[in-house]
Amino acid sequence: MMHIPCPHCGPRDESEFVCGGTSHIERPPLDASDRTWGEYLFFRDNPKGLHAERWLHAFGCGQWFNLVRDTVTHEIGAVYAMTDPPPP
Amino acid sequence: MKYSAWSLVRGALTGHRHWPPAWNPARPKPRYDVIVIGGGGHGLATAYYLAKNHGVKNVAVLERGWIGGGNTGRNTTIVRSNYLYPASARLYDFSLKLYEGLAKDLNFNIMLSQRGLVLLAHSRHDLDAMARWANAMRMNGIEADVLSREQVGALAPALDLSPEARLPIIGGFLQRRGGTARHDAVAWGYARAASGHGVDIIENCEVQEFLFEDGRAVGVKTTLGAIRADRIGIAAAGHSSVLAARAGFRLPVTSYALQALVSEPIKPLLDTVILSPGTGAYVSQSDKGEMVIGAMLDLFPSYAQRGSFSVEQAIVAGTLMLFPAFSRLRMLRQWAGIVDVVHDSSPIIGPTPVPGIFINCGWGTGGFKAIPVGGWTLAHVLATGRSHELAEAFQLERFLTGRLVDEAAASGIAH
Repeated sequence: MMHIPCPHCGPRDESEFVCGGTSHIERPPLDASDRTWGEYLFFRDNPKGLHAERWLHAFGCGQWFNLVRDTVTHEIGAVYAMTDPPPP
Repeated sequence: MKYSAWSLVRGALTGHRHWPPAWNPARPKPRYDVIVIGGGGHGLATAYYLAKNHGVKNVAVLERGWIGGGNTGRNTTIVRSNYLYPASARLYDFSLKLYEGLAKDLNFNIMLSQRGLVLLAHSRHDLDAMARWANAMRMNGIEADVLSREQVGALAPALDLSPEARLPIIGGFLQRRGGTARHDAVAWGYARAASGHGVDIIENCEVQEFLFEDGRAVGVKTTLGAIRADRIGIAAAGHSSVLAARAGFRLPVTSYALQALVSEPIKPLLDTVILSPGTGAYVSQSDKGEMVIGAMLDLFPSYAQRGSFSVEQAIVAGTLMLFPAFSRLRMLRQWAGIVDVVHDSSPIIGPTPVPGIFINCGWGTGGFKAIPVGGWTLAHVLATGRSHELAEAFQLERFLTGRLVDEAAASGIAH
């Protein structure tokens, strides 16, 4: 069971959260080609290692936030706001 | 050596000292016609069908760990073809038909047991959806029967059929040809048969990078040195994105952990496979007597082959809703495999953006049942350069054209 540090409520059990997938994916302009649009919708880096992702504290404060998590060890690094850029 | 009743008798009379290894460990040669990356079921089946169907025998299977040590050894051994759309039904039923003849074809007992597979309906909506699903299967020529609550009870009396159950069972549907097969035997049978055709099966050989000439992949650099090949096939399930990144392209795949657990062995209690989309649990009993319990996905990206305890708790709770009698069973083992989930729950079998590299991935939570057809169709495109007709709908390109094959039925349980 992961302990996820909600920036508003502090560390809580994983079962209170919902993962919203990769962060920082930018929507292309509406006149984008089918290829660009398909890549935006479906193609992902899916890294083995550090991954910047969105989480929702669904059974808590109901707020979204970003975190960087290792997909092999599940260790959580930086936790930051939805509007912040990814940490270097 | 051909396995037969006679070879068993002969072994019994000579102290069982005449059995050769099922396949010969190989060292990599400098060059092959085809390299298959991944020594699980799909990779080994690919090598076997390359040799058997296409006469391409100068083939190496490169496995990072040991044969069948990935998802082929981490599933719940269920085979079925209860899919909705015609393209999926054709693909998966071809796989089930290959499974039906596989023990004879490979001369290896894969212990296929077509004990039937029941999906439980817990609401009127479930029942309507299952009637539609079963009808679609029949339209595609695959038998399926909608069941009443009493018929479900006759097939699996250990289920809690009382109306007071937290999620009462009000019916279901049955694919009689579904069932289980011995997962290790599938890997070992394909490995032995492929090796018999001259395929090199190379374990403990990790692909570190791809070699290119004029933009075309011409080989791989591995922990055992460089190996060249005319064509390269990737059958790496949850690690497909890692290999794709090394080759310089991306996939519409996210890797998740899918877990399962088995109980201590008990006397025969359940002779069908029970799936309950409502509770997320599915259960069968192995020949050894263990209850094999499968979970839904851990719904966050992961390459850790262990699984989250919160999902395990949920799945045990779901299983006990179905089978209250299991409440005192002790669990012996728990594991997770890393599965390659795509947005439409359908596989990808065909060329990649890199010339010379072909891929078989995207089976998500349902790769085991598809091992024969995954190998058959990847071998076809590797040998001929053209996609097999069964695989035409399942190209990587569909994620750019929008022609998805959205098989909500694919996982059996929602994901």
